[in-house]
Amino acid sequence: MKTDNVNTDNVRTDSVHTDNVDLENVPADKDNTDLIKKFVPSIERPSRQWYAWVTVLSAIVLFGIYALVRQIIDGQIITGMRDNAVWGIYTANFVFFMGLSYAGALISCTFQLLRIQWGKPLLRIAELITVSSLIVGAPFILFCLGRLDRIHYLFTFGRIQSPITWDVIAITTDLVFCIAFLYFTHIRDFAKLRDIPDLKVAPWRKKMYRILALDYKGTPLQKKYLHQAHDIMAAIIIPTAIIAYSLLSWLFGMSLRPGWHSTIFGPYFVITATYSGLALMIVIMWIYRKMQKLEDQITNLHFNYLAFGLVLMALFYGYFSFSEYITEWYNLTETSAILLAKFFDFSQYAWLAFIHILLAIVLPVIVIGLPWFRSINSVTIISALVVIGLWIKRYLIVVPTLETPFIPIQDIREDWVTYSPSWVELALTFAGIALMILIFVIASKIAPIIPVAEVEDKHDASKPILKFKTQGA
Amino acid sequence: MKKEDNRSNRRKFIANTLKMGTVLAAGSGSALASNLSKKEDKEKIKVLTTDGRVIEVDKPDDCKIYPCEPPKPEEAREGIPGRSFVYVVDLSKCANARKCIEGCQKGHNLAPDMEWMKVYLMKDNPEGSPYWFPRMCLHCDNPPCVKVCPVGATYKRQDNLVLIDNERCIGCKFCVAACPYSVRVFNWEKPPATDVPAEEYSPETSVPAQIGTVSKCDFCADLARTGTLPYCVRSCPMGALYFGDQNEDAVSNGTETRRFKELIRERSGYRYLEELGTRPNTYYLPPVDRMFDYRDGLKNIPEEKQKIYDDIINGDDQTYMQ
Repeated sequence: MKTDNVNTDNVRTDSVHTDNVDLENVPADKDNTDLIKKFVPSIERPSRQWYAWVTVLSAIVLFGIYALVRQIIDGQIITGMRDNAVWGIYTANFVFFMGLSYAGALISCTFQLLRIQWGKPLLRIAELITVSSLIVGAPFILFCLGRLDRIHYLFTFGRIQSPITWDVIAITTDLVFCIAFLYFTHIRDFAKLRDIPDLKVAPWRKKMYRILALDYKGTPLQKKYLHQAHDIMAAIIIPTAIIAYSLLSWLFGMSLRPGWHSTIFGPYFVITATYSGLALMIVIMWIYRKMQKLEDQITNLHFNYLAFGLVLMALFYGYFSFSEYITEWYNLTETSAILLAKFFDFSQYAWLAFIHILLAIVLPVIVIGLPWFRSINSVTIISALVVIGLWIKRYLIVVPTLETPFIPIQDIREDWVTYSPSWVELALTFAGIALMILIFVIASKIAPIIPVAEVEDKHDASKPILKFKTQGA
Repeated sequence: MKKEDNRSNRRKFIANTLKMGTVLAAGSGSALASNLSKKEDKEKIKVLTTDGRVIEVDKPDDCKIYPCEPPKPEEAREGIPGRSFVYVVDLSKCANARKCIEGCQKGHNLAPDMEWMKVYLMKDNPEGSPYWFPRMCLHCDNPPCVKVCPVGATYKRQDNLVLIDNERCIGCKFCVAACPYSVRVFNWEKPPATDVPAEEYSPETSVPAQIGTVSKCDFCADLARTGTLPYCVRSCPMGALYFGDQNEDAVSNGTETRRFKELIRERSGYRYLEELGTRPNTYYLPPVDRMFDYRDGLKNIPEEKQKIYDDIINGDDQTYMQ
């Protein structure tokens, strides 16, 4: 209750844009075709800036592809991975991007299922984060493979006992569902774009909109079916995402190694994923709001609510992290002791560990949790820092554990003992980030970043969630 | 009713026994006959029976006991029937001569950086005495590496061996991460050239190696098939390494052959990290009544690597020789 009061105060004093936002009245009262018109210019004519972005990002992605080709030709000797740290930032990136995909899975599907009206303008951003991070994240586990030429063996010789097979099944399922959901929520907007008679785009794009809109005309039956499809997909995606990420955590949890062999890993990974997805969501909201002048759609209240969610997640995350380490630390087994000592040794991982705690737990709780520093900009900056902090956490899960086997590392070349990423791995990491941004840059040229039709449809609010046998129950 | 039954049963039993006897007699008779007829062309060998008599028997057909041809791929996955290979390391004899490593690297055509066999300097507790600890693949009965392999490239055979098919391996390295004994190594770069053509590759020989795949100690399965000791056992100048068959209850280091069970009981043999439940097929005999001072082994470690052992050696000025 108290937090609510403070937050509304804040919105009023915050001068970035407008008014005491009353979401009920924002876009829907306007003419039905109004909102889409706002996006038409940017869809019709990409700016020079847009081309510049696409060029730069494509160049980074291409350099990543070059690095990958080099890795395939020369072998993984040109990466930083060696016999102890057999996985490195590829695996950290894999876990990290998969985690980001939670934003859409949980946020947009929960909004859909619980009929949360204020969240509607955010749906598309959330779903785009999901699909783009899945597309970018999944290949990172493949970069770890020594024999990319045998990748089809995963299907022809697949064994269900292996957590890798679980991941292959779960992630492909998740990806298919999320792309389907993303598409379903686009249909009405495609129909809107198709129905604009003087839309100045190339004929093939007009044709594309016509095909993708699936002859949607907004008849009551079509509306009903589409809404049902949204509900069904949302209800399927939430458990699928939770399963997919738990299975991902068991890639580590099923191992005997101290630092991985932990029963908390499933829920811990799910919480971390939701947290990072939410943080990225806030950052992307801020960027679009600035770039496309969407202050009327992405309002201060959105930042307000999501910031509250972010603090909650920070506390949850802190709690899970504490549980994870306190149980390892209390009755120190020999190998755990060596591992934990590395997190306090400044020549090893202490810097990363403390920066991670600062960025992912301390700063969000202080800056957003306490009233003095709260603002839309500070929330966004903190969110960006949280995303970085949670990447560091993934690195700290993967690498130090691999460097701490049961048998002490002795009989090996000295430069093979510790891991540090090579230029190839860094190039591919940046290529991944660039590709994710590129997907956003291109997607926002295909359809508006705000799900226009969803936002304008006021009927959803009154739709029941569960169907009761008795009328009016 | 019941009596009747019993009687008829007895009658049947007697009848059956008689029939069986006839069949057996006929069988042995014909076996004897065939033996007699072949007597001329069969080579004889002398063997010692369990009660100490020397008898002469036919020399067995070599190819029946040890196949004369390399195994087919299916056979390399199945294993050698009736075998149960086991490895015993006598820690009191190891002096870090590192000949096992050399023998292994030579035998499997490994790069100098790649060691399937490793020798660690271990110290179990602060007061404990450091000792050299040779570590090969432990060929677990509950192998964490086999469980996690997504394509079945690494597998468990009926003769206890855990092997890798590097023509199947996709190089995900999950098995390397899963192995608690750090046994597995990865071919990060092109393996050294070999005369063995790629078509002759078998998971039992592990040669030629392939870039981007995992490899590890295979207990020299190809040698085991021919009844030969592994390279490491043959190379060890101290006789610290024993290899054998649990079904035969015998292990050998090349110069002496011991009863496996007796050796383990007598010397309190243990399995490394037993508590992990991996059930290894490699046993260690504790380093008591040493034959060498562990410090003798340090001279075989290159200068630049010596400092790795400082933690273990520091403050230790005793001798552990008997």
